Amino acid sequence: MSIETDNPLPSKEKKITPQPQTPWKTSGTERASSLIFILAAAAASYMTVALTPMKGILPLTLLFFIFAALFSFIRGNRSRGIVAGQDSAAGVVMAIGMFVALLPIASILYTTVSKGLPGLHRGLLFNDMSAATPTDPITEGGLSHAIVGTFVMVMISLAIALPLGLLTAIYITEIRGRFTRPIRFLVQAMSGVPSIVAGLFILSAFVYPITKTFSGLMGSLALSILMIPTIARTAEEVLRLIPEDLREAGLALGGTQWRTVAMVVVPAARSGLVTAVILGIARVAGETAPILLLTGGGDQININPVEGAMGSLPFYIWKSFFFGSEEAVARGWAGLLVLLTLVLILFATARFFSTRKVR
Amino acid sequence: MRLMPAPQALADAPNLPKPRVITTEPRLSDKVFRAVVTAGGLSSLVILGLIAVFLAYQGFEILVTEGLDFFTSSKWEVITDEYGDVVSYEFGLAAMLVGTMLCALVAVFVAIPVSVASALFLSFYVRGKLKAILIGSVDLMAAFPSILFGFWGFFVLMPRAEYWAMLINKYLGWIPLFAVDERVFTRSPFLAGLVLAVMIIPITTSVAREVFDQTPLDRVQAAYALGATKWAMIKAVALPYGRGGVVGGAMLGLGRAMGETVAVYTVLNIVYDINWQILFGAGGNIASLILLKFGEARPLEVQALMAAGLALFLLTLLVNFIADFIVKKSGKKGR
Repeated sequence: MSIETDNPLPSKEKKITPQPQTPWKTSGTERASSLIFILAAAAASYMTVALTPMKGILPLTLLFFIFAALFSFIRGNRSRGIVAGQDSAAGVVMAIGMFVALLPIASILYTTVSKGLPGLHRGLLFNDMSAATPTDPITEGGLSHAIVGTFVMVMISLAIALPLGLLTAIYITEIRGRFTRPIRFLVQAMSGVPSIVAGLFILSAFVYPITKTFSGLMGSLALSILMIPTIARTAEEVLRLIPEDLREAGLALGGTQWRTVAMVVVPAARSGLVTAVILGIARVAGETAPILLLTGGGDQININPVEGAMGSLPFYIWKSFFFGSEEAVARGWAGLLVLLTLVLILFATARFFSTRKVR
Repeated sequence: MRLMPAPQALADAPNLPKPRVITTEPRLSDKVFRAVVTAGGLSSLVILGLIAVFLAYQGFEILVTEGLDFFTSSKWEVITDEYGDVVSYEFGLAAMLVGTMLCALVAVFVAIPVSVASALFLSFYVRGKLKAILIGSVDLMAAFPSILFGFWGFFVLMPRAEYWAMLINKYLGWIPLFAVDERVFTRSPFLAGLVLAVMIIPITTSVAREVFDQTPLDRVQAAYALGATKWAMIKAVALPYGRGGVVGGAMLGLGRAMGETVAVYTVLNIVYDINWQILFGAGGNIASLILLKFGEARPLEVQALMAAGLALFLLTLLVNFIADFIVKKSGKKGR
């Protein structure tokens, strides 16, 4: 009671209940002022380009960045002093960094799609290049041999790399022996092996001493060297996420470690392991350097990996661009578009599997 | 009393199971399992070892005959007589080594600021759906095949970068780094470095972002509680904490950039002279040299290429080792 009597406010205003306030939210005025500030930076940079001899999109962009950082500094400085000025300018600089990092990806996607689309036609997926020369119109021939070759090689390398990569991951997460740290480092080091070195290694270890000829199998061997670290590292990350409780439960039920890993841990991680496989495939599907060294790059469909030259998407693209005629370059872009689409599909599938919950 | 048999009777009873022997000895199935997994786990060691052994074996002869000249001279030629027999040969890798380092360093110096800014942006400035989309785009770019970067660099970046190089030379040419003797700007190490930078930005960004994301929340909140702005918090907490991760990520990118073949081959003019001018249109790259020379190489030259491959392999291994060491050590420091 005494509180009410102490209250100096007139009784009329007592009825006003305090509304919950959200001072951290951006208000409408703040948003409007941000918009005005961006427009001001754009206008200033445009004016500078228009009034001075500097011309073109490059100075425009650069000036926009500079003006944006400068204006935001002034804005923060005016409202809350120099510290706030630095803070808002830093925010703009970070955003610019993000923009610059994403610019190439947009450019790459746009270029590939816009230059690759004219080269697409129905026969592309069903014909090979055995009857067409690079100077033939783009509607002749296709890249079925390349798709088939890439598929065969990737599958063989997967058959080699999946067991080895998975065993490596299981060793690191389940056995946890005394080689765990060295093996983790070696897998890391292996992921840094230049692809051309992998190609040279297969050349020196298999092609020259044993087979004496280029073939799809040799290409797959080199690809599997590049695939193992990707699979091992992704699988390791996934197996790490499996709760320790599951392993303990398996062992407490009397299972041996072998049965616990095979029946509990690996099945629990299967969607993540699918991700590992897909990322491994995406890693090698477009790998070019070892393919150029080892496969010979044929022009017709060849599904025999141990005999004869085998075409593949990277080889097809490489050959087309280096032939250089207008039609060949169009073919190359079409091939790049197909390869890009393949990588995008693989990436999206991997995302789909990795975002599912580990059960 | 009658229900409980005497101890003697218990021991004599014929059908009672023997007490289980409790042991830590794994069963046979586990022994086999452990052996198989350990063998599989050591595959990376075996493969890396085999790579070194085979490349050294094939390149041994050249390494012996050329000696230290293999790394200090920059001549790369085989002279044959009219019958195709080798008269004399000289293989030196110096120009290629310098070129490789030059391109990779340009790439790293372009990539670091962009990567750090975007990693900080991803860690501290965006959240929720937008963050997921941006991270997804960066990861997607890391999955692009290098041939895509190569031809994008050739067709899209090269015409523009040539102009940029000209501008840099015009206004900053007084700095020795940007000076050129002849005004030839196409297919320069600068351009190759830019393409490589675009390639390694996703890698360095995601390594840096992972480290920044691990910044201890209590320190972040302590900084905010003391009245720090976001930028002050980043300066005082996130950057010192993540410095090791950023440097390690940059080293990882350096390793990638040094070993890249296709993307460099398409945009670099390979010249057998040591060139330190990053804007001048002449450079070297071990991986591209291998690809360039392999097609027409005779057995002798192939051996030299194997030796070059060995040098590249050991170089990238060393860089990766340092990167791993730095990343491991990071994360414990910071205020």
